[in-house]
Amino acid sequence: MKLNDTLQFASTSLNSSRSRSLLMILAMSIGVAAVVILTALGEGARLYVVNQFTSLGTNLVIVFPGRSETAGVNPGMLIGQIPRDLVLDDAMAILRSSAVRRMAPLAIGAALASNGPLNREVTVLGSTAELLAIRHMTMAQGQFLPEGPADAASPVVVIGNTIKQELFGVENAVGSWLHLGDRRFRVVGILSSQGTAMGMNTDELVIVPVASAHMLFNTQNLIRILVEAKSREDIERARSQSEEILFRQHGGERDVTVVTQDAMVATFDRILRTLTIAVGGIAAISLAVAGVLIMNVMLIAVSQRTQEIGLLKALGAPPAQIRRLFFAEAVLLSLAGSVVGLLLGQLGSFVIGQIYPSLPVAAPWWAIIAAFSTALGTGIVFSVWPARRAAQLDPVLALARR
Amino acid sequence: MIEFSKVSRNFLVGDQMVHALRDVDLSIGAGEYVSIMGPSGSGKSSLLNLIGLLDRPSSGVYKLDGLDVTTLDDEQQARVRREKIGFVFQFFHLVPRLTAAMNIELPLILGGVAIEERKERVAKLLESYGLSDRAEHRPEQLSGGQRQRVAIARATIMRPSVLLADEPTGNLDSTTGKEVIRLLEQLTEQGVTLIIVTHDRDNGNRALRQITMVDGMIVGDKRKSDQP
Repeated sequence: MKLNDTLQFASTSLNSSRSRSLLMILAMSIGVAAVVILTALGEGARLYVVNQFTSLGTNLVIVFPGRSETAGVNPGMLIGQIPRDLVLDDAMAILRSSAVRRMAPLAIGAALASNGPLNREVTVLGSTAELLAIRHMTMAQGQFLPEGPADAASPVVVIGNTIKQELFGVENAVGSWLHLGDRRFRVVGILSSQGTAMGMNTDELVIVPVASAHMLFNTQNLIRILVEAKSREDIERARSQSEEILFRQHGGERDVTVVTQDAMVATFDRILRTLTIAVGGIAAISLAVAGVLIMNVMLIAVSQRTQEIGLLKALGAPPAQIRRLFFAEAVLLSLAGSVVGLLLGQLGSFVIGQIYPSLPVAAPWWAIIAAFSTALGTGIVFSVWPARRAAQLDPVLALARR
Repeated sequence: MIEFSKVSRNFLVGDQMVHALRDVDLSIGAGEYVSIMGPSGSGKSSLLNLIGLLDRPSSGVYKLDGLDVTTLDDEQQARVRREKIGFVFQFFHLVPRLTAAMNIELPLILGGVAIEERKERVAKLLESYGLSDRAEHRPEQLSGGQRQRVAIARATIMRPSVLLADEPTGNLDSTTGKEVIRLLEQLTEQGVTLIIVTHDRDNGNRALRQITMVDGMIVGDKRKSDQP
C-alpha cells in the first residue's frame, strides 16, 4: 500500500467520525496553544526586563549603598556602627578611575510640586548634568541641568512631560517658577517622553541638581551612583576600581555594592528564562493529557472498527499495514492539532500583545518547535498501543462479530 | 491445488478443548465448484477460514498450489490471501464510509497498484456487474443484492484462483440469493475454484461437489457425475 493511499484511507476514517476527530484536534491544539502562549508571555517578560535594563544606558556600572553579602562579620557592627552612606564625595572620588568616562549621583525624594493653584506629589530626583548622557535622555524643550560643580545647589528644575501637562497645561513652562515643598525652582527644560525604565517613569519625574535635592530633603545620602565606563572592555575595570576607591573612601570597609549592568541583565535573563521553560513545561503536561485522550479514542476506534480491520486482513493487509493505517490517523490528528494550536497560540500572543503593548509578547522559536514536536510525538507514542492492538486482532473473530 | 492432510483445529473454550476440525484430509482441484454443508458447529466455517488463511491449523499440513502455507509468517500469508484468495461474506462486510467503487478498489489499494490501473479495473468490473450507476453510492444506499454484488466484485478484482463464500445468500431473499449464486457460478466457468459454505440445501445441491461435515469431520463427499 502506498503512502498517499495510506494517508487518504486514514483521512476518510477520520472524516467519517468528524466530531470525534474535531474534539481530539481541539484537545491537542489547546495544549499546543498553551505552550506557545505561556512561553510567549515568559519570553515577553524576559525581554521586557532586559530592555528595561539596557534602556538604562550603556556600559553602566551601578553603585548601591550597603552590601548584601553576609559572609564574615563587619567590625563596625561590633561597636554599633551602621555601614556608611554613599555621599557626594564618594561619587566625585569615582571619577579618579581611569576606566570611568562619567558618573551621575542619584538622590531621591518626594515633594509637593505646585504652580499657583495646581499641585501634585512628585518624585524628585537629584543629579548632575551628566545624567542626560548616561541615561540617554533627550530634551523636548529648553536645557537640562547646568554643567558645573556637583555641590552647587542652583534653584533650577527639569520636568517630565506629564508633570508639564498637569501643572502648566498649554502655557509655556520653561522659564516659569515651580514650587517644590517650600522652595522655588526655575524650570529650565522639559524632558521628551520616554516611557518607563527601571520602574521609573521619566515623564513623571522632576530633576533638580543633587545639592538642591539634598537641601530640599535635608540629607547627604545618595541612593545610587550611575557610572559609565569608557568602553565595553573597560566595564570590569571600572567596576573593580570603583569598588577599590569606595573601599578607601570608607576607611577600609567594603560597605557598598558595585554591579555591572551586564551582570544584572544576565541574572534576570537567567531567572526569567528558567521561569519560561518551567511554565512551558507545565503547559506541556496538557499535551501529554491530550496524548492520553488520543490513545483512548484510538482504542475505542479499534474496537468499533474490528470488522473493518478483519476485512482488511481478509483482503490481504499484513499486520504492519494495519498498524500504519492507525498510525497515520494519529499522526494526521496530532498534525492538525499542532497546526491549529500554533495558529491559536500566535493569535493569543497577538491579542495579549495588543492589550499590553509594552510587553514584547512573542513565542521563542524553540518553544514553537518544542510544542509542535511534543504534540506530534505524543500523538505517535500514544497511538502505538492502539495500532498494535488493531494489528493483532484475530480476523476470524473480527469478522464473526456482528 | 488445495490439499489438507490431517488438519486439526482445536479451541480452548473455558477449560474445555473444542475440536472444530479433526484430522481432515481434503483435496480440491483447480476450477472445482464445491459446497460445504452441515449443521451449526460442524466446523464448516473453521474449514473455510483455514482454507482462506484467516486461521492456522493446530496440526497438519495445508498446501496451496503445492506450497506449504502453514509455515509462512503473517506477512507472507497476507500476500497469499491478497493474490490468490477472494472472500464473500454473509454480512457483506463493506466499509460503510467508502463508496461502492472504493470498496471494490480496496484490495488494489492494499496491493499498491497504481491509481490509473485501479480506476480502469474498477470501472470495468462495475460495468460487468451492472453496478456502474451505483459506483458513487455508499453501502447504506444499496440494496442487499447490490451490496453482495459489490462484495463479489471486491473479492474478484485481484483475479484470485480461489473464491470462498461463507453463507453468501444468508442475508438475502431467495430471488436475490439465486442471482448471487448464479453470479458466483459464472465465475467458476472462468476457471475460479469456488467453495461455498451454506445451510441452504437448494444452493448446496447445485454445486458439482458436495461436502458434508459433522462434528469437525467430513462425512460425505459426493460429486455430480452427470451435469443437469
